[in-house]
Amino acid sequence: MKRITLIVGHYGSGKTEFSVNLAIDLRKKYRKVAILDLDIANPYFRSRERKRVLEENGVDIHFNSYGHDITEDLPAISATIKAPLENRSYMTVADVGGNDSGARILNQFEKYFKGNDCDMFCVINANRPETSTVESAKRHIRMIEEETGLRVTGLINNTHLLRETEVSDILDGYRLCKTLSQILDVPLVWNVCVKEMVLELGEEKDRRGLDDLIIYPIELYMRPEWLDAKVGS
Amino acid sequence: MIKKKLMKGNEGFAISAINAGCRYYFGYPITPQNEVPEYMSRELANYGGAFIQAESELAAINMAYGAAAAGGRVLITSSSPGIALMQEGISLFSSVQLPVVIINVMRGGPGIGSIQPSQADYEQVTRGGGNGDYHTIVYAPASIQEAMNMIYKAFDVADEYRNPVIIAADGMLGQMMEPVVIPEMKEAITEERISEVKPYALTGHKNKRAKNVINSVFLKQEMLEDYLNEYWKKYIKAEEELPEWENTKLEGAEVVFVAYGSTSRVVIEAMKILEAEGIKTGLIRPKTIWPFPKKAFDEIDPETTKKVISVELSMGQMINDVKLVLEGKYPVELINRVGGMLLDPIEVAERTKKIMEVK
Repeated sequence: MKRITLIVGHYGSGKTEFSVNLAIDLRKKYRKVAILDLDIANPYFRSRERKRVLEENGVDIHFNSYGHDITEDLPAISATIKAPLENRSYMTVADVGGNDSGARILNQFEKYFKGNDCDMFCVINANRPETSTVESAKRHIRMIEEETGLRVTGLINNTHLLRETEVSDILDGYRLCKTLSQILDVPLVWNVCVKEMVLELGEEKDRRGLDDLIIYPIELYMRPEWLDAKVGS
Repeated sequence: MIKKKLMKGNEGFAISAINAGCRYYFGYPITPQNEVPEYMSRELANYGGAFIQAESELAAINMAYGAAAAGGRVLITSSSPGIALMQEGISLFSSVQLPVVIINVMRGGPGIGSIQPSQADYEQVTRGGGNGDYHTIVYAPASIQEAMNMIYKAFDVADEYRNPVIIAADGMLGQMMEPVVIPEMKEAITEERISEVKPYALTGHKNKRAKNVINSVFLKQEMLEDYLNEYWKKYIKAEEELPEWENTKLEGAEVVFVAYGSTSRVVIEAMKILEAEGIKTGLIRPKTIWPFPKKAFDEIDPETTKKVISVELSMGQMINDVKLVLEGKYPVELINRVGGMLLDPIEVAERTKKIMEVK
């Protein structure tokens, strides 16, 4: 695991949910872990909303200097964001805003990202209309790369339909990301799966002999349960 | 089975409008609805439509007025303060009976307020902030799928009633993700067919028919009175035909909640908590808030119901409609949060127990 991990991708692909999980998991192995909420593109569903759970798990969080409950859509970030980037004893996860426009913010910190201790992972949900084909997902990645001048060094298959997700969704995403991985010559790093489904996905993986399908189990920190209350037709 | 796609609310609203045949969109950015103009700016031209970023909300609604007068299917979206700016235009639309679909992705107010979800525009959308005698037809979706279905239908309702139709969404619905089935693509009306479908439209008379005039000025007040009495009939028809609601577990309920939009989802979770503690609850969920679904309240169980509770993200706006319908038959209470703050199921359950004096 490299010291800095940038999480980029299409808006709504699940970057924040994955970033929060990754940061909390890294803290189990490393003494100092920070998450940078660099999402200045959208004021809803950002990792700063989970400041308390992150801090309870020993993860430092940096975003703006106005306090965590400030939700105004100001394109502002705190100078403290540089602290974990400068301090080499920190493992750092950067939760970046959606699309190429959201990733633009990375440019001002590029000196930290150009070296060998940084990965940029692109989160892909094949159930999002704009990254549902190899062609469109590739275009998406290229746009982020052009905007930031950085190369995507790994793919994260995060294909799901929230609480309607089935194993077949994850496998569809796995196949799409595998093809993408070959075309772009970047590894498919992880296949994200909620903890409750890991056993089922594991059985299917063994049955099909998909040895390179590496499962990354997550918890849903970002989504309140009432959002999935069944209502209407 | 159709494969579902994972969509953000605002994206889904835009796609649904395009698939319903909308080809004209005029917008001005405001959080939390910005993904709609973003999507339209990128996609609408691919369907032969026109997107214009207006210089203000006032300009946007008046551009819409022009496009609707020419017979186009027009969508306008904004959030609370932006919709406030459009009120003059909405009154004008109503006065000349032109169709338009308007989505209000509500945020905290009054004034600039906050950018978090709110339902504090209930009175703005159901009563109208514009001048004169008119109504807007208002749908209140509780999920992205329902919003998409309502938007899809709203264009037909707007055409049939020749009146603005508002979709009262909120910041949560605009910003959240949900698996959805996308409504199928309808063919948009071609320019050649507009005068056939919309005979009032300004399509150019070409010396073959009398001139169409769209005009809101009446120099003789007697004529305006006659006009209003005639056009008011459609609102009476709307009150008969358009109310929609969803009632859940009213039979045997001690407490009946009334909630719409994303708040109703919080209430559904709160009902489970209360049920586990032995308190029987039911829910009336208005899907139209004008016309208000009065008949939904006939299903309240008079044997068991002790209280009716309006649950809102406002200071108590819908509660007045609830009281009007109930005419004092049941005590009506309020559970609310305001300013962009959300209720959560535990808070609703706790406050309900307090109202019911259950320990």
